[in-house]
Amino acid sequence: MGTFIIRRLGQMLLTALCLTFIVFFMTNLTPNLEKLAKTQGNFRMSDEAVNSWLSDRGYLAPLPYKFGQWVGVAPGWTNEKTDNVGQTVVTGRCFLAATPVEDRAQFCGVLQGFWGYSSVFKTDVDALVAKRLSATGKLMGFVLLLMVPMALIVGILAGMREGSNLDRTLSTFSIASTATPEYVSGVIFIALLASSKFGISPILADWGWIDTKTLFLGSAKKAVDDATFRNFFLPVLTISLYGMGYIARMTRASMAEVMTAQYIRTARLKGVSFRNVVMKHALRNALIAPFTVIMLQVPWLLNGVVIVEYLFAYDGFGRLLVEAARGNDIELLMAISVVSVILVLLTQLISDIGYVFLNPRIRIS
Amino acid sequence: MEPLTWTGSLSFLNLFFGLAVGIFAIMVAVQVITSLFAKEQTIHIKSDGTAATGAGIGGLISFAVKVTFVATLAIVMIYLLAGVVMGTEAGIFGGIAQQLTPVWFGMALIFVASIKFKRSLGLYGKLFDSTVGMIGFALVLFWVLAGVMAGVFDMIITHDSLSQASGMKNKLPGTPLRGAEDDEFNWYLLGGDNLARDVFSRLFKGAWTVVLIAPFATIFAFMVGITLGLPAGYYGGRLDTFLSFVANLILAFPVILLFYLLVTPEIVATGIPNYMAAVLFVFPVIFFGVLLNSRYHTQPKVRTPLLILILGALTWIYLALISNNGNIISTKEYNIWGLPEFLDFYDMDPSILVVFVSVVFVNAPTVFRIVRGLALDIKTRDYVAAAQTRGEGPWYIMLWEILPNARGPLIVDFCLRIGYTTILLGTLGFFGLGLESESPDWGTTINTGRTLIRAYVHPLLPPAVSLLTLVLGLNLLADGLREESLRD
Repeated sequence: MGTFIIRRLGQMLLTALCLTFIVFFMTNLTPNLEKLAKTQGNFRMSDEAVNSWLSDRGYLAPLPYKFGQWVGVAPGWTNEKTDNVGQTVVTGRCFLAATPVEDRAQFCGVLQGFWGYSSVFKTDVDALVAKRLSATGKLMGFVLLLMVPMALIVGILAGMREGSNLDRTLSTFSIASTATPEYVSGVIFIALLASSKFGISPILADWGWIDTKTLFLGSAKKAVDDATFRNFFLPVLTISLYGMGYIARMTRASMAEVMTAQYIRTARLKGVSFRNVVMKHALRNALIAPFTVIMLQVPWLLNGVVIVEYLFAYDGFGRLLVEAARGNDIELLMAISVVSVILVLLTQLISDIGYVFLNPRIRIS
Repeated sequence: MEPLTWTGSLSFLNLFFGLAVGIFAIMVAVQVITSLFAKEQTIHIKSDGTAATGAGIGGLISFAVKVTFVATLAIVMIYLLAGVVMGTEAGIFGGIAQQLTPVWFGMALIFVASIKFKRSLGLYGKLFDSTVGMIGFALVLFWVLAGVMAGVFDMIITHDSLSQASGMKNKLPGTPLRGAEDDEFNWYLLGGDNLARDVFSRLFKGAWTVVLIAPFATIFAFMVGITLGLPAGYYGGRLDTFLSFVANLILAFPVILLFYLLVTPEIVATGIPNYMAAVLFVFPVIFFGVLLNSRYHTQPKVRTPLLILILGALTWIYLALISNNGNIISTKEYNIWGLPEFLDFYDMDPSILVVFVSVVFVNAPTVFRIVRGLALDIKTRDYVAAAQTRGEGPWYIMLWEILPNARGPLIVDFCLRIGYTTILLGTLGFFGLGLESESPDWGTTINTGRTLIRAYVHPLLPPAVSLLTLVLGLNLLADGLREESLRD
């Protein structure tokens, strides 16, 4: 087990390194750097001005060297310039012009705990990412709370009597939910439940059942600090629905398989009631496979999170990704890709380890 | 001219329709709840020795569900048929039904022919034994026919999808067109969008974009996945480790970040999408080359002309696809010349190319993993060992022994993956990436409609519901195929 985890961690490190290098390469392509210079400087800069802006900030160094600076194994760039008073001003990646010479660090990168400075948000990357991650963590937590029990119940009910009417109705429901991407269901929910002119809100307001104009809010902007049922339910529901169908179908398949097993038949023949067979004999074995699926679903939820945060204007990690990518915010994008790759690989690792613990038939040698 | 109502002179039917749908919904809910608590059906042995289950309350409910379902379906058929005959007399639905007449004919024709000859049509014919599969197939067929007819033949649409009409901005469904000529269609059936364009026409023009890109992108992803996945699973070893690592690397990317990195005007300017196209599009050529060579290499007289012919044609298509204006890659700094223009019969729109390439790139690793897993499983079978003993080459075994035996899961996944690709295309449109902002495709339309969602939902709901039905159809189709292919 120990060597297995160490090998997986090594693989994780290699993947993270490759992936961040690809992101670094893509964001450091010449047209992207020009765009960055123009958005940060001004839009009518000449090519020469763009070049000097970029070289002053160390963007024109060779790519591996720049990547080394970001990792923290190559010395950060420094730049000497004479200002209009005639004094030499030294700027650098690791210090400000005002920092005393003896305090100036030579290396500053991820290894030193320096994640860089966001050019879009004008703040330190690590604090920004941490804040946004906690907001998204809240969203994900509620999503899992709603999605997992719902999916398991639907899957177990459908799988316990395969081919029955109940199974057919619930299976159709789960297929429909996997066929509805977040941007479709989100838009439909907003139109039906959060529009003051369309859907059920105007009717309810007419009847005097709700005091406010709409039943739910179409914007979750305030939910970051103060989440209420009214402003937070729609985003949570939107993400949960799309992810739910898949888990439910996996649970159904697993449950249906367990229900045909010999020991279930034996229990039935001994006269154990159907309810007890399902609850005591079938359930535990049927839940091994869905556990893996749920864990592997977590990184996949990240996509839904991006779409839903963008649609409902919720200031979380997903919206951060969109804004960073739009502004070609290199260091922020790097931090975001590190976080997401760790999320993906960590959930894979947990699902593998958990599978071993839950299923005594599997041994890792 | 009066604005149209939804059902026009057929509105007396609405009450019955509402009743049928309402009772159907209630009955389904009752059925679900009772089946949780109901005792299992008791079996009576009749005097002649046969066994029968008592109908009981469960039987009554399922009978009611069936009746109301058939009633709902019948009323919908009345709306449709009357609409085809009466046109806008029967309101907006009638108008839509009449505009879609060629689609109904096409669907009826294909369904009648398929059901008649279903025993001689293999897996496709078996689809017509399962209700779920038939519903799915009908939904998919509807959008394919509608997309082709609207996109290629300009049939269904009532107005040009890009032209704006004065005074039609954000108008509700059924609004008459102001100052319409006699030969023009007089209404905006589904209203106007925020630029006063016809929502109905844009919807079906947009269907064409989806119907065109999604299947082709999925086919290319399958070619890449199969060509790399088979040797990875069959040979194993270092090749497998390397390819699996690359596939996992791509899968570890959040899809939307990948799209933002690949599908921006800045990246298009560097020519990276063209390089990727040049690499990804070569896989079908390799696939068919190896496929035919491994089969016929023992008969050089057949093999050589066949390969020259097929590979020649495929290479020509390949070069025509990747080169535009005589260049494969053209950036500010340098050009790589490709097929000269007089041989280049098809110029792919650069914005479609970049969308296409990125969707193939995202899908290929998953297909690779599936094919690799299937190859790992199938290579231990006896018929593979038999082929090895016969002295067949590895590529013959992979492509002519393993691949045909893996077709069941692959066909099912192919249907699901077209649906997933449709969702990805919508995602791209939703973030305003790739296609132009005036493109009628569904994702882009949802994105533009999103800003006005609180005030006007009619430009937004039709594409949303259409995307839902198409993907649902593909998923149901896959489900039906899976069920039928497991049956034998």
